[in-house]
Amino acid sequence: MKPRQKRFVYIVVALVAVGLAVALVLNALKDNVSLYFTPTQVYNKEAPEGRSFRIGGLVEEGSVKRENDGLTVNFVITDLHKSLPVVYKGILPDLFKEGKGVVAQGKMEADGLMHADEVLAKHDENYMAPEAADALKKAEVANAAAASAPASSPVAE
Amino acid sequence: MAINWFKYSAPTTFYGLAGKLIPWFAISAAVLCIVGLYIGFVVAPADAQQGEFYRIIFIHVPSSILSMFLYLIMAAYAAMGLIFNTRLSSMMASAIAPTGALFAFISLWTGALWGKPMWGAWWVWDARLTSELILLFLYLGFISLHASIDDPRRADRAAALLAIVGSVNVPIIYFSVQWWNTLHQGSTIKFTGTSMHIAMQQAMFTMLVACWLYAITVTLMRVRSIILERERHTKWITELAEVKA
Repeated sequence: MKPRQKRFVYIVVALVAVGLAVALVLNALKDNVSLYFTPTQVYNKEAPEGRSFRIGGLVEEGSVKRENDGLTVNFVITDLHKSLPVVYKGILPDLFKEGKGVVAQGKMEADGLMHADEVLAKHDENYMAPEAADALKKAEVANAAAASAPASSPVAE
Repeated sequence: MAINWFKYSAPTTFYGLAGKLIPWFAISAAVLCIVGLYIGFVVAPADAQQGEFYRIIFIHVPSSILSMFLYLIMAAYAAMGLIFNTRLSSMMASAIAPTGALFAFISLWTGALWGKPMWGAWWVWDARLTSELILLFLYLGFISLHASIDDPRRADRAAALLAIVGSVNVPIIYFSVQWWNTLHQGSTIKFTGTSMHIAMQQAMFTMLVACWLYAITVTLMRVRSIILERERHTKWITELAEVKA
């Protein structure tokens, strides 16, 4: 082998070795690298107990309730399998909305609620004009209405 | 007639070629930047969720893409310098590094400015943000390691090793939003299509090309300076018109 071919082989071997090492380390630290736990993970006791952690998911539709002091908010975070109630006192980000992504940091207390001290909004990767979003929503509502309508044929009426 | 593919791999010939190419790249970068910003700010509509805030995407996404691509190109040049012992490859790697660092910084900075109004936080230690920060540190490490060794050829070899090993980080940045739970959203540009309004796409891709052309322009300018500095004792440099003057 020529010296330059040897050097090429060395570099490839080094890259593969480093890549493998990094992959193993990241795999071992999987839970630490992830920013938040899902409600399902919390139910499976994978989340730390007695200390602060983050939980992420969607804000359940119809679950947001504001208390009279105007600052305290109750809502439910769901991953569509399990859901977890959260109470938070503070200012919510603008994008916080029912049905949208959210990440809350706090501690599980004895009352079964997560007492959050930080709530962040997580938006999705789709960008569209407001008119397009409205059209999508209308189509969705129409589809849902069609699906839930009784299967009666107009002829029979 | 046989083409000599390696003609421009020597600093002697590349110096002149780079000088001729720079104005073309610079002008097209400026024109595309104006076009891209016009489409981005005037033609493209507001976003359904994020309103006007999303428009920072037109600089955020191109600079993030550039920061990752430039790193891979830098590492490839550095590796070529190690393997073939060619002077120009290592000079190109050194010339790319500051621009890559700049784009990594812009990506983090615009990301923070975007994160505060949308997410509610300037910064979170999620996998995407952290790995991009590591990329900035790799660039800075490459530059400072190179600067800390007096003999340029030895500096090339040491810094090349860092660049090559660090390239493992680039796929981690790209796939971080798939592999782990992150606050950063998933990729908008996918192999299966781009989930974005067409005018927004045009603005973003125009800005991406503009950023590429800018990166090429400044890299060529910088590599010319590096060639002049490193080869200053050679005869061809002392005979250059601009050096004599």
